[in-house]
Amino acid sequence: MNRSVTSVPPPAKRSSSILTKAACAPHTVWTVLFIVAPLLFVCYYAFTTEDGTLTLENITALGEHTDTFILSVCMSVIATVLCLLIGYPLAYCISKCGPRTQKVLIMLLMLPMWMNLLIRTYSMMAILDDGGFLNHILSALGFGELHIVGTAPAVIFGMVYNFLPYMVMPIHSVISKLDKRYIEAASDLGCNGFRTLTRVILPLSASGIISGVTMVFVPSISTFYISQKLGGGTFDMIGDTIERQFQNPSTYNVGAAISLVMMILILISMAVMNRFSDDEGTVIV
Amino acid sequence: MNNDIIIQLKDIAKTFDGETILHHINLDIKDKEFVTLLGPSGCGKTTTLRIIGGFETPDTGDVYFDGKRINDLPAYQRPVNTVFQKYALFPHLNVFENIAFGLRLKKLPEREIVKQVKDMLAMVNLRGFEHRKVTTLSGGQQQRVAIARALINHPKVLLLDEPLGALDLKLRKDMQVELKNMQKKTGITFIYVTHDQEEALSMSDKVVVMADGCIQQIGTPTDIYNEPINAFVADFIGESNIVDGVMVSDFKARFSGHTFDCVDSGFAPGEQVDVVVRPEDVDVVTPERGMLHGVVSSVTFKGDYYEIIVDVSGFKWMIETSDYVAPEATIGLHIEPDAIHIMKKSEYSDRFGDYSSFSDELDKLSDPEPEEEEEAQQ
Repeated sequence: MNRSVTSVPPPAKRSSSILTKAACAPHTVWTVLFIVAPLLFVCYYAFTTEDGTLTLENITALGEHTDTFILSVCMSVIATVLCLLIGYPLAYCISKCGPRTQKVLIMLLMLPMWMNLLIRTYSMMAILDDGGFLNHILSALGFGELHIVGTAPAVIFGMVYNFLPYMVMPIHSVISKLDKRYIEAASDLGCNGFRTLTRVILPLSASGIISGVTMVFVPSISTFYISQKLGGGTFDMIGDTIERQFQNPSTYNVGAAISLVMMILILISMAVMNRFSDDEGTVIV
Repeated sequence: MNNDIIIQLKDIAKTFDGETILHHINLDIKDKEFVTLLGPSGCGKTTTLRIIGGFETPDTGDVYFDGKRINDLPAYQRPVNTVFQKYALFPHLNVFENIAFGLRLKKLPEREIVKQVKDMLAMVNLRGFEHRKVTTLSGGQQQRVAIARALINHPKVLLLDEPLGALDLKLRKDMQVELKNMQKKTGITFIYVTHDQEEALSMSDKVVVMADGCIQQIGTPTDIYNEPINAFVADFIGESNIVDGVMVSDFKARFSGHTFDCVDSGFAPGEQVDVVVRPEDVDVVTPERGMLHGVVSSVTFKGDYYEIIVDVSGFKWMIETSDYVAPEATIGLHIEPDAIHIMKKSEYSDRFGDYSSFSDELDKLSDPEPEEEEEAQQ
C-alpha cells in the first residue's frame, strides 16, 4: 500500500502545476496586454520624438510645467489632509456603532460612489455655480451670492467630496477589526477615552491611515476632470496638462513624459509612506 | 475585623441577552490574599473578574473597594490591574514601552520610568528584552511582560484571567510557582480565574468554586478537597465516587448495602445524602475482609499507581491503588471512617461521581478551553 502511495505524487504535482498555469493564463494575458504594454508605450513615447528618434527633450521640457506640478501636489496634499481630518473621526464614530447601524452608515457612504464621478462633479457644479442652487438659497436668505466655482477651494472641495470614502473605508475596516482587549488593556492601565484613542487606537490603525492616504492622494494628484469643472478652467493641474497633450497628436511624447514622471513621483511617495507602517501593517493599495 | 477586606461583592447579578450569567453573588476578598475563582467554562468566573476590573457593569448589586462603592468608577480609575487572557500586549510597542505604559500615563520622569521598568524586567526574568518586539516573544515571555505591565502600577489588587491557559504543561507548572512567589513578595491581592482545579489547589489561599452563575463553596484548598459541600464540588475538585446513601444516625451512614462508621453528624436520622469517597481512600482487600465486593472491570497503569474501575452491584467505583489487581477479579473494598464524607442532597446529586461512562477521552472533550487557546496561538 505504501509503495503505491509513494509512486503517485510526482505526476499529480505536475498536472496540478499545469492546471495552475492554465488558470493563470487569462490573467497573465490581461496584465501583459493592458498593463505592461501600455506602460512600455508610455516609456517609448517619453523618450522619442514624433518621428521616432531617441531624445531626452521631452523630459527636459518638463521644466515648463514645474508650476503645474507644484500646484497639483499642494492641492492634493491639502485634499488628502482634509480627507484624513474628516475621515478618521468619521470612521472611528462609525466603528463605535452597533453592527446594523455600521452597515447602514457604510452603505450611505458608498451610495454616491455608485454614480459616475463625472455626473457627481457635474451636479456639484450645478449646486455651487454662480446662479446655482446654493447661491439661490443664499440670495433668498439675503446673504448675497458667493463666487465658488473657479476657485481653489472649490477644486479641493470636489476632491474631498469625491475621494472621502476611499479614506473612510480602510480606516473603518482596521478600527472595527481592532481587538477589544487592547482597548480594555489601555483602560485598565489608566487611559481615559481620549488617551486610549491617541495612544492605542491611533497607532494601531496606522495601516488603515496609510492605505487611506494613498487611495486619496493618488487619484487627487492625477485628477483632471474635477479641476476642469469646479476650477472653471482657470486651474491647470497636472492631469489637465497631460490630457491636453494627448488631444493633439503632435504632443503625445510630452504627455507621455509628464505621465512617466508623475508615475515615478507617486511610486516614490507610496514607498515613503509604506515605510511608516510597521511590517505587520498590511497596506492595501 | 472588617478592615482587611479589600473587595466586597454584594448581591451581584448579571444577564447577557436574556441569559443569566451571575445569580446574586456575594463575595469578600481579604487584603494580600491569593483568591482563585474556579469553575467550568460559562460558570461566571470571568464575568465576576470583569465586574471587579470595571469592564462590565452589574445589573444589580454593588462592588466595594476598601469600603467605598466603586460601581460607577471607570476601569481606568480603579486601583486594580489586569493580566488578560492571551495577554493583550500592545503590538505597536516594544517590551519596554509596554511595561512603561502605565508610568508614562502618570507622567513620571524618564529616569524613574527607566529604573522601574528595569527592576520589573529583572523580577520577571526578562533582563535584556527591553527592545524586543512583543510579537517575537514566546507565550511564556509574553505572559511575563503582561504581568510586569500590570504590576509596575503597584495595584492594590491584581486580576488574572486564565493567565496560564495558553502555556504548555511544563511552563505552566513553573509559572504557577513564580506567580505564587511574586504574590508573596509584593503582598498584592491576587484574584485568579481558572478552570484548572490542580492550579487552583496548589496556588490559592482561598478557592471560590463556581457553577452556573452561583458560588458553590468558598474555602481553603484543603477544605474544598476534604469537605466538598455538594456533588458538583466533589466531582470538579479531583476524582470522587459519589454514592446515594442514608444517614442511619450520627456517625453511621448506609450506602451500597452496607452500614459504615463515619465522622459526620448533624443530619436527620434517615436523611437521604450524597456520600463522597476519594479513589485514593479506598483500600483493596480480599473479598472475605471487604465491606463491599465488586468485580474489577478495568485497570490502567498510571505510573506510581493503578487506576481501577470496580463494579459494585452496578455502580462503578474508581479506586487508586499501588497493588496490581487482575481485571475480572473479585475484590473486597475497605473504607476507613474518616475517608467517608457526607454531603446534603443538592441539585447536582446523581449527575456526577459514577464512573460507568468514564474514559480519559471524555474527560478531555468536556474541557475544550485549552485546545481553543492553542489554536488561537498558532
